[in-house]
Amino acid sequence: MILQLQKIEKLINSELSSKIKNSSIKNEELIIEIAEGDLIDTIQFLKSNESCKFKQLIDIAGVDYPENEKRFELVYLFLSHVHNLRIKVLTKFQINQPINSLTKIFPSANWMEREVFDMYGIKFKNHPDLRRILTDYGFKGHPLRKDFPLTGFNEVRYSEKEKKVIYEPVKLEQNYRNFDFESPWEGTNYIREIKNLEKDGKKN
Amino acid sequence: MVKKTKSLSLNFGPQHPAAHGVLRLILELDGELVEKADPHIGLLHRGTEKLIEQKTYTQALPYFDRLDYVAPMNQEHAFALAAEKLLNVEVPIRAKYIRVIFCEIGRILSHILNVTTQALDVGALTPSLWGFEERETLMTFYERASGSRLHANYFRTGGVHKDIPMKLVEDIEKFCKSFPKIIDDLEGLLTDNRIFKQRNVEIGIVSKQEALDHSFSGVMLRGSGVPWDLRRSQPYEIYKDLDFKIPVGKNGDCYDRYLCRIKEMRESVKIILQCIERLPKGPVISIDNKISPPNRDDIKQSMEALIHHFKLFTEGYRVPKGDVYTAVEAPKGEFGVYLISDGSNKPYRCKIRAPGFSHLQAMDYLIRGHMLADVPAVLGSLDIVFGEVDR
Repeated sequence: MILQLQKIEKLINSELSSKIKNSSIKNEELIIEIAEGDLIDTIQFLKSNESCKFKQLIDIAGVDYPENEKRFELVYLFLSHVHNLRIKVLTKFQINQPINSLTKIFPSANWMEREVFDMYGIKFKNHPDLRRILTDYGFKGHPLRKDFPLTGFNEVRYSEKEKKVIYEPVKLEQNYRNFDFESPWEGTNYIREIKNLEKDGKKN
Repeated sequence: MVKKTKSLSLNFGPQHPAAHGVLRLILELDGELVEKADPHIGLLHRGTEKLIEQKTYTQALPYFDRLDYVAPMNQEHAFALAAEKLLNVEVPIRAKYIRVIFCEIGRILSHILNVTTQALDVGALTPSLWGFEERETLMTFYERASGSRLHANYFRTGGVHKDIPMKLVEDIEKFCKSFPKIIDDLEGLLTDNRIFKQRNVEIGIVSKQEALDHSFSGVMLRGSGVPWDLRRSQPYEIYKDLDFKIPVGKNGDCYDRYLCRIKEMRESVKIILQCIERLPKGPVISIDNKISPPNRDDIKQSMEALIHHFKLFTEGYRVPKGDVYTAVEAPKGEFGVYLISDGSNKPYRCKIRAPGFSHLQAMDYLIRGHMLADVPAVLGSLDIVFGEVDR
């Protein structure tokens, strides 16, 4: 299995040398990184090449790293039935950068891209029907972004007065408690931060 | 003169007994012919992926029971495997056998529900009454192992929570001996039933190519003649050593998928019997106390065990940095977990790949040109459960 993956990695690196930014095999899984502009070409190659034949798109996963300059990542997971192999294609890009849609190559990308759009607000070029999919009609915000609060902004209830379901800002009896259990033996994070701040203050 | 007709939009669901949950299907009809189907999903969206990001690995596990709630342990399995791969933990052999037994019970649970409700959708009431009795028996097995009928929370990273009693193993074996007779009875009601065949044969045909393009997996793929089963092609746990067949369909219609499911139940029974026969003795969870809690006696005796226990249930264990995708052959198809760890005690990102999501997506393509009455039949054979589609 590892040998096969190494072979594929070599092949991809030689055939698409200008496009591959990075490739590695970790945990017995091959991951390649490309620029978001090369997405279509790379995936066409992966789908059609004789020794790749990644004919099935398994999933598209968005990832959010708010502290990075290129904030979002998309990970495309492919499966080749012929060679019994999997590959991950990773691309990093900035917020507001539209990404080419894969719907022409894989019809199943349609909903997966809609889900990424819904959850992260990533826009896809040439997507036939880019609507929200999992969240409510008229929902605002993108819930899987790291800066979206777990409790959300609105809550719904049935109003006896208006005889319909109404939206109201979230009102919690008790705030969401996010306990910091990270190794008390080394001191919890917030205490460490306070200490660091004090240190920095002394230096200045 | 040709009379002009307007197509009619019809709302199928969100409350409809044949929608198998909360599906809102907007159909455009020309007379009784379906021109377009637009499924609106997300009515059962609970933000599982977001919630998992806030919980430790142990706390994240129960969310997987609530995805495909007719076969809970199969989902837990995918997550447990992902965490184990990142942590590089060895699972004791007895735990592997127990996991396989319960995953196959999950498969039977799911297939009974699907086959009988599909029959119910096309007008046969009896199979569901017979099938649900067996499901109840199977769920008591879940209960006796884990303490609850549905939301088991039984698998752990590194094994399973508790060992199963000998009496339970005997009872599962007894069930496996008697269950093929029940499948025969169900088949007697359905397989050659004229009405059932009229409603299912050559309905919702999927070709091999289309099945691949639409990311189908599991029975949806095998029904179209692609011999692909992760238990065989990318074996995990002990499936490599077990002897079982992969039933494959020919025409890719609803009827073939029904036959595949029936055959798979028979294979699952065989797998369980093999596991019971070989079930070895030994621990059921990794003995590494950095990952699995120490036993009660040790906690009372040893300070270190007490600290481990405390640390595990407050902070949890930390998982090394990295990303991993693991997939299992759940009853509905390939259920995968793409897990990204940033080295802390909580997953940084956990993408859940639910087979039903891709299957339901193809609804529009499957139902175009069929009659309105075929909608429940096709929907039934897709084996949709909204817990996993909406997540």
